[in-house]
Amino acid sequence: MTDAPTPGTPPANMPGTAPDDHAKHPISAPLAIHDMTVAYHRRPVLWDIDYDAPPGKLTAIVGPNGSGKTTLIKAAVDLVPRASGDVHFFGSPYNKVRHRVGYVPQRGSVDWDFPVNALDVVVMGLYKQIGWLRPVTRRYRDQAMHYLERVGMSEYAGRQISQLSGGQQQRVFLARALSQQADVYLMDEPFVGVDAATERAIVVILQELRAAGKTALVVHHDLQTVPEYFDHVLLLNMRMVATGPIADVFTPENLRATYGGKLALLDQVGHRMTLQQGRS
Amino acid sequence: MSPAHRSAPGPPSPVRRRRWLPAALLLLLATPVWASAGRQPHGHDHGNTPNVTDRTSGTSLSDTRIRWPGWRKVVDTLLMRQYNTRTVLLGTILLGIGAGTVGTFMLLRKRSLVGDVVSHASLPGIALAFLCVELAQPGKGRSLPTLLLGALLAGLTGVLCTIGIRRFSRIKEDTAMAIVLSVFFGIGIALFTVIQKLPTGQVAGLQQFIYGQTASMTSADVRLIGMVSILVIAVSCALFKEFGLLCFDEEFARSHGWPTVWLDLVLMALVVCIAITGLQSVGLLLVVAMLIIPPAAARFWTERLGTMTVIAAVLGGLSAWLGGIVSSLFARFSAGAVIVLAGTLFFMVSLTLGTRRGLAPRLLRQWSNNRRIGRHDLLRTLYEMLESQLDTFPADSSVDPLCLTRLTSDEILSRRSWSRSRLAGLLNNAVGDGLLDASDGGWKMTATGAEEARLVARNHRLWETYLILHADIAPNHVDRDADLIEHVLEPDLISQLLEAVSERYPQMEMPPSPHPLEPGT
Repeated sequence: MTDAPTPGTPPANMPGTAPDDHAKHPISAPLAIHDMTVAYHRRPVLWDIDYDAPPGKLTAIVGPNGSGKTTLIKAAVDLVPRASGDVHFFGSPYNKVRHRVGYVPQRGSVDWDFPVNALDVVVMGLYKQIGWLRPVTRRYRDQAMHYLERVGMSEYAGRQISQLSGGQQQRVFLARALSQQADVYLMDEPFVGVDAATERAIVVILQELRAAGKTALVVHHDLQTVPEYFDHVLLLNMRMVATGPIADVFTPENLRATYGGKLALLDQVGHRMTLQQGRS
Repeated sequence: MSPAHRSAPGPPSPVRRRRWLPAALLLLLATPVWASAGRQPHGHDHGNTPNVTDRTSGTSLSDTRIRWPGWRKVVDTLLMRQYNTRTVLLGTILLGIGAGTVGTFMLLRKRSLVGDVVSHASLPGIALAFLCVELAQPGKGRSLPTLLLGALLAGLTGVLCTIGIRRFSRIKEDTAMAIVLSVFFGIGIALFTVIQKLPTGQVAGLQQFIYGQTASMTSADVRLIGMVSILVIAVSCALFKEFGLLCFDEEFARSHGWPTVWLDLVLMALVVCIAITGLQSVGLLLVVAMLIIPPAAARFWTERLGTMTVIAAVLGGLSAWLGGIVSSLFARFSAGAVIVLAGTLFFMVSLTLGTRRGLAPRLLRQWSNNRRIGRHDLLRTLYEMLESQLDTFPADSSVDPLCLTRLTSDEILSRRSWSRSRLAGLLNNAVGDGLLDASDGGWKMTATGAEEARLVARNHRLWETYLILHADIAPNHVDRDADLIEHVLEPDLISQLLEAVSERYPQMEMPPSPHPLEPGT
């Protein structure tokens, strides 16, 4: 792979991309995206994305609405066709290593009135393990129960999913992804519309994943909590604006480049960041 | 039945085809003539013949009498003593079970109308198949396998057209379906007119596909239907987990590497199989009902996919059985219509009584909720009225001070804006629940009533205090908000509330009201 900046990427101030230690080992990178462009109906939504996810870190994908955060994740797991470029997980294309990649879609993409309960949903994460034509046995239900417990939802196992709160629903879908025991997790806005208890539960799980040496890329919209929850950040606005450790990349200049000065809160956050950095 | 009859159908002999049966259908359409076909000996009766003996007594369109079958025939039919009735019923029931099973997935996949497209689109296929065979071998056009093959191909073409229209134009799926099913059906009807003009044309034999005619099935037909249904049921059971995943979360299935396109195609193929084999017994106009009504009814009883599928299959089988029985007892009812009506009956029952989503249980829950809220409001009002006097009672009294004072309706009405009749209803309920005792013109709380009143007032105040402390709601607004929520507070929530407000009222038995309790509020 080449590290030369692709023509068209926003200029300069990309402190994170320069000393990329993991970029030297792209084969081992949990997620490596090369020159990816994605278009909907011939209108490009992502341009020339060139990105290697740092292994064993929690990375936030941040950007304004319509900046292609969801598309980035979906294109990585082949749910959206790529116009060009390629994606590798641990050096292999996605369809060879599906079991190592856990994908948590945005909430609300399913029919909540569907006749399934929380446990049924988690068991779905084990279907690949169960295999074709085999019925779901007790063993797998117990296994699924274990993951529901991990997200603090075991007492709601028998609830039909529409009778759960938004946060509880999110936790069930997280449990489904966890049950897969993947090595890299791609989560699309897991913190949207959830209660405080769920937010805490998700943060704990992210930390547990990191402690177990797993990698997570999380689309996140709340700039305030980015430095608190994540190690790395990927700033995105149709192109990659910057990427790297929070301390280097999550700067007012980069954020302004990402959001185009549209965010009033930006300067405040930037200010807080400078204060924090000054303190540490 | 004669012993001769019982011994007659040892090997599966083809059900004797009766020329007058398709004709009977024509009669309903246009011709007021009974084709008086040769009568069969009674013992070989078909199961669908009404009352063979009085068939000659002038049946016409104006004759609307329903001929009631004799009890003997009823018993014979119910016990399925006759071989023909038995085979026909068995085939229809299997079809009903298959349709209910596959229909569940179609309903959940929100593809309810695909069955309708398939069945309507199959009509030109039937006509074309008939024409082709008829032109090659005049008089042999009405062979079921050929006709069904034509139906199958045309039905598939219809589905492909729907997909094509949706894909290559900006027309939405429902519009595409409406276009395809009406255009194909129109072509089919036009071809039927052509067939009618053929010298050998027996359009009567084809019209059964539109309205369905269980009676015209031969045992070979039944065997075909049975085999297809069993195949469909078996495939649905084997792929149950995969179909469920596909219907629930296609994107997740795809990202996990399940071949969703192929699964979708298999599911579609099952629907096409059921719709096409159902043509003969239920008719293309009504076959969609067999696919959709049983699953829709089943949904009211359960929140689990497996249970729903089983219930849908059972309801499908039951309606098919009922339809078959009724139409064999009363020849004027076509099986298809009765099957659909039976299904509708089950649907209506499920809609009202269904334990999970039915109307009656929901109304019952609402009613008992309202009653509970009314009871809480009354008890809290009474408590607040008596609260100021509590201190004047000696603390060591063996009787609960709340139970000592008598309150009249007028006193209560001065505190709440209830109508007199509403209050009377609330008081009545409370007396019935053993919370109040009527005593000369007024009411006193019982011991249970006093206990519950304390609990209700406490919950109300805890919640009010919580809102003031943690949600920045003004004390004079808090009463109404608390009113909405206090009735659904569960014990674990209350202990959390206690913790949250402990800074203001540490370990207090009964917190004071955070706002003045004025009369009339």
